[in-house]
Amino acid sequence: MSEKTGQRLLLQGNEAIVEGALAAGCRFFAGYPITPASEIAELMSLRLPALNGTFIQMEDEIASMGAIIGASLAGVKSLTATSGPGFSLMQENLGFACAAEVPCVVVNVMRAGPSTGLSTSPAQGDVMQARWGTHGDHPIIVLAVSSVSDCFDLTIQAFNLSEKYRVPVIVLSDEIVAHTRETVILPEQAAVTVIDRMRPAVPPEWYIPYEDNSRGVPAMADMGSGYRHHVTGLIHDVRGFPTERPEEVDAFIRRLFRKITNGFPEIQLTKTVMLEDAEIAVIAYGAVTRSALRAVRQARGRGIRAGLLQLITLYPFPRKAVEAVLRQCRRVLVPEMNMGQVIREVKRVNVATEIVRHNRVDGQFITPAEIYAHLLAM
Amino acid sequence: MTEKTGSLRHDYLRHDKKFPHVWCPGCGNGIVLGSLIRAIARLGLQKDELVLAAGIGCSGRMPVYVDFNTLHATHGRALTFATGIKLARPALTVIIVMGDGDATAIGGNHFIHAARRNLDLTAIIINNQIYGMTGGQYSPTTPYGSFAATAAWGHIEHAFPIAELAATAGASYVARGTVYHAAMLDDLLAGGIARKGFSVIEVMSNCHTQYGRRNQMNDAITMLRYFKEQAVAVDRAAGMSAAEMAGRFTIGVLADVEKPNFTEEYQKIRDRARQQ
Ligand SMILES: Cc1ncc(C[n+]2csc(CCOP(=O)(O)OP(=O)(O)O)c2C)c(N)n1
Ligand code: SF4
Ligand SMILES: [Mg+2]
Repeated sequence: MSEKTGQRLLLQGNEAIVEGALAAGCRFFAGYPITPASEIAELMSLRLPALNGTFIQMEDEIASMGAIIGASLAGVKSLTATSGPGFSLMQENLGFACAAEVPCVVVNVMRAGPSTGLSTSPAQGDVMQARWGTHGDHPIIVLAVSSVSDCFDLTIQAFNLSEKYRVPVIVLSDEIVAHTRETVILPEQAAVTVIDRMRPAVPPEWYIPYEDNSRGVPAMADMGSGYRHHVTGLIHDVRGFPTERPEEVDAFIRRLFRKITNGFPEIQLTKTVMLEDAEIAVIAYGAVTRSALRAVRQARGRGIRAGLLQLITLYPFPRKAVEAVLRQCRRVLVPEMNMGQVIREVKRVNVATEIVRHNRVDGQFITPAEIYAHLLAM
Repeated sequence: MTEKTGSLRHDYLRHDKKFPHVWCPGCGNGIVLGSLIRAIARLGLQKDELVLAAGIGCSGRMPVYVDFNTLHATHGRALTFATGIKLARPALTVIIVMGDGDATAIGGNHFIHAARRNLDLTAIIINNQIYGMTGGQYSPTTPYGSFAATAAWGHIEHAFPIAELAATAGASYVARGTVYHAAMLDDLLAGGIARKGFSVIEVMSNCHTQYGRRNQMNDAITMLRYFKEQAVAVDRAAGMSAAEMAGRFTIGVLADVEKPNFTEEYQKIRDRARQQ
């Protein structure tokens, strides 16, 4: 693929997302311009044609989401990228992808909101929307990037999880990571693990498109490959046709959840820093992790036994990893560039440990000094 | 003709799986479905290379009945899904069926942009002048002065002429037919599918259950008669005055132009990009 692999490069987060997507085998992008995500579309429009891929700028984000679902149904790995207002518009079709189990990746470069908000300022206000933005009961995977190298690695990871579990994966970035330039070393293409959706191993006449199996993830036939079947956002039976039979509806919804629950060990990604003997800890995600890391190191320098848990996967919420930290530490700080979204999930884990919030909603980054001040007081 | 349709039913429909259908007896949707499979048979297209995508509405239930690659998307968005499918697999023949509300209210933006973009898709719009599925609320094509579930006092908005809208927006092929003129509809659908580029076939169709009932046309026959009387062939309409055409509509091919389509143009970009 990329002539740039195996190289040391100075990239911004948005560019690294493109490199990651291409390395993962993404060959279709549909999008609509919006700050601070536009560079992803621009670079895709430049890169995809030579790779025999397709870029299209659609009339809005509703259409972009529809187009990537269509391309994925036809067997091509697909991406769209947007920011808050566009992410809101994508929600209905995102639900279609959940219901029809269409792999696809949506990057949301978060900016401050609500509404048009602060278009060039960072925030983390879309965490709950990423989880629950579309209506109805549904599982979804949400990853959060904290650095340019994360952008590359986790975009690949996002495609791999999406393909493996037939579920849309949301990558939450933010204005800081998107526009920060950092040196990254991209691996050779051969060194990149690429997972493709499981395709049917049986002839078309035996194919049952939504048949359950041990993993709960049915094999997916490319539209137009001879496996004619029906795809719908209505609740459907194993053949893909609409059903209202209570036992079939129940089995469908439960399988959607079971396939993700089965995958918890590999889906719930976290990173720990200096947690082994920690008495107090910071639980952070996205760009804020960077400040947290610095503050924790600084605290250690003062002899404070502080540690860091970085949540890479926000959903399904990595409850086990959080619980371990809560059991071990006296106090836990959850700094967020919102009024407190992930802290609710942390509290839901419900160990007696004191959980402290730190919120910033002025469009400015949470600095290491702010977190450090908390650590001194904890 | 009936005998022929009989065998086509076995060839192209999920006849052993999905029937009886959900539509009201006499609904125009069935006539459009019959025309569609006759047009496809005439063009000799294989089921594996066909996609029928739809939005949400009574019309949106059509894909479930055909034994193609089928998709029942979200309300108004079928064209966007179809765009992705066609771009990912250009060899497929992608047909989209939409309702008037589906295509020109909630999906109106996608509709005009699909026409402008000129991707090789065929959009069939079943214009029954009403929101059938949700119970007869007015749509963008409900005639001024008529009655609907949400126009209890008479409708005060003006209707979109769908075919003319599509032609203005840049579609390669535009036609209007009716469910009364079924043989002509076969031709129009075959013409649209065969034409490379974006094709639109607006089909005036009867929803006697939700529209007719509220507008002195209680049954399918009355509505078909209405289409027969109000429709004027394009060439005949050319010689008629505006006064003579008042309240009537043209049927036939309104536009048929050859121009570069998106897939061909994009392939040129790919070739250029690869050379560099
Ligand atoms: C986003 C959204 N809004 C509203 C609906 C409810 N809805 C279903 S079908 C329909 C209108 C159907 O009218 P039309 O498109 O003309 O199709 P017809 O039933 O007449 O064939 C509406 C409003 C929906 N499914 N999705
Ligand atoms: S409600 Fe109208 S459009 Fe729907 S099936 Fe009945 S007649 Fe047809
Ligand atoms: Mg209608």
